Amino acid sequence: MSILADKKTRVVVQGITGREGAFHAARCKEYGTTVVGGVTPGKGGTTHDGFPVWNTVAEAVAQEGANCALIFVPPTAAADAIMEAAGAGVALIVCVTEGIPVADMVRAKHFLASTRSRLVGPNCPGVITPGQAKIGIMPGHIHAPGAVGVVSRSGTLTYEVVHQLTQRGIGQSTCVGIGGDPIQGISFVDVLRLFGEDPETRAIMLIGEIGGTAEEEAAAFIKARVKKPVVGFICGQTAPSGRRMGHAGAIIAGGKGTAAEKMAALGAAGVTLVKSPADMGATVERVLKA
Amino acid sequence: MKIHEYQAKAILREFGVPVPAGDVADTPAAARAVAQKLGGRVVVKAQIHAGGRGKGGGIKLADDPSGAETAARAILGMRLKTPQTPPEGIEVRRVLVEEASPIRQELYLSVTLDRARATHVVMASEAGGMEIEEVAAKSPEKILREWGHPALGLQAYQARRLAFGLGLSGDLFKAAVAAVLNLYRCYLAKDCSLAEINPLVVTADGRLLALDAKLNFDDNALSRRPEIQALRDIHEEDPLDVEASKFNLNYIKLTGNVGCMVNGAGLAMATMDIIKLAGGEPANFLDVGGGASPEQIENAFRILTSDSSVRAVFINIFGGILRCDRLAEGVIAAVKKLGLRLPVVVRMEGTNVELGKKMLAESGLALTTAEDMGDGARKVVELARSSR
Repeated sequence: MSILADKKTRVVVQGITGREGAFHAARCKEYGTTVVGGVTPGKGGTTHDGFPVWNTVAEAVAQEGANCALIFVPPTAAADAIMEAAGAGVALIVCVTEGIPVADMVRAKHFLASTRSRLVGPNCPGVITPGQAKIGIMPGHIHAPGAVGVVSRSGTLTYEVVHQLTQRGIGQSTCVGIGGDPIQGISFVDVLRLFGEDPETRAIMLIGEIGGTAEEEAAAFIKARVKKPVVGFICGQTAPSGRRMGHAGAIIAGGKGTAAEKMAALGAAGVTLVKSPADMGATVERVLKA
Repeated sequence: MKIHEYQAKAILREFGVPVPAGDVADTPAAARAVAQKLGGRVVVKAQIHAGGRGKGGGIKLADDPSGAETAARAILGMRLKTPQTPPEGIEVRRVLVEEASPIRQELYLSVTLDRARATHVVMASEAGGMEIEEVAAKSPEKILREWGHPALGLQAYQARRLAFGLGLSGDLFKAAVAAVLNLYRCYLAKDCSLAEINPLVVTADGRLLALDAKLNFDDNALSRRPEIQALRDIHEEDPLDVEASKFNLNYIKLTGNVGCMVNGAGLAMATMDIIKLAGGEPANFLDVGGGASPEQIENAFRILTSDSSVRAVFINIFGGILRCDRLAEGVIAAVKKLGLRLPVVVRMEGTNVELGKKMLAESGLALTTAEDMGDGARKVVELARSSR
């Protein structure tokens, strides 16, 4: 078992004829993911690096049974790409694109609410179920199948914890990057619920960061509903107030959204907190043995 | 992105939000001319991208044109210090000269994003003139909120609820309803991240006016708003931040002495944190991004080492899309061009790490390598301390 992605996932890559889209479509396929092809409006009927290209997502769904869309479309067209995938009935939409205007995401998120699609991201590395499917830009080789569920707002910091875990012989059930934007699809709470229900996941590693209240909401949910051990790390303990730290959503605004507040909330919910990012893997190992 | 008050007011005027009559001036003589045209009492306001200007001496009243000229002479060229500026202050290059109206009441009005509800929120309060965070902390019941529908926007009844909530009636009520709807329209049309009028005043002669105005913009939407991009004032930004933005690098100067170069925002923040845990202070936040080229790496290295307080550099890379060999190529090129004046600790992991390590080892450069993040942080903090 796993969450969100497995052997049955059939991926269509939106923006496959772009540099990043083409590169990562090939890396996902190499990893063993079923990539059925891609979509670039106006290039339907051609092939790109061996992948069939359609004009619309709906065609990929009708012809190849695509049930997952991986989006590399440029920022100002990405919200539209998300809505196209949702409109075509794709179950899982993973949007890697960074820099989507916030107002566009407000509309796209509203559109999604009336569909059955689930969005991961945007501005995220994607989803990987080690040994089964890689839907995103993470380096596949650092992962190993196992029992730790990883959920994070950061990309490279997720690679860091995965590497620390794999080096210790600890595999991962599924790793989900929920993204660093202020408006996101799937939330910490959604992923925690899924990990809670997944029999294979025995422990959860949660990586949060400054800005917003997603970690506080996660803490409330963990306290009420999660029976599995959760290890938490919040980055940005030394971040100054009022500055956007790379991610559009990583900002302490009006003294709110600090790492200290988030750590306090998670700690009170029974989460094992990690102070140093170098100790994430070791802490999960300790918690698994306890 | 931030803009000046006079620029924000020009945009508000375009959207039918009432603002005081006035104009911008960059010399005392020009200020005098504006005051002459306006007639009567005027207020002369320093134009910098920071609040709290009044307390720092950046806002002065003048009874006549010659008074306006004197006030402008005092303000222009001063380094204005407020709680929101860097300690050394910001040089004032322009003033806004406006009609001064006796004020009966100060209100607050803003539009911004509500992350938790994933839509835009309008906030209004009778407690104008104070920072809204202060009002939220002291008397949260004084803040009224209406959320715009994500697709349909803000409805007239919502604007009426806010205007009634502010205790307005008659013509002022009508003016407030229009101001709320127009401000919301402006916020969306210009891709603002914040549109704030504080205070929104009722004048003694019964007019509603945006006495101050702050418009911040969503950086992600600037590419489709060239008219907003044109309003950027790089004099208000840290020169190193400006230089970094030319190369699409996410750089924020901080106050410590350990320079950092990292890929990914989360890892970059975590690197700052671990430097602090090791007893040091980060000199900057620097995310070179996922797909940095050797050229970007080179520029990143140049920018972060041009900060004179940096005593040692920590390069912490987890190669995903950014391959370790490309990083090594960029670092070697940068060091060969700029020289190695400072100790540099390199920690890398991930895609093509063996090749990257080999390239660094064979370069003959005196770089310190680290096994992991913790090891790297300890080493760089120690080096920063001893090279002081």
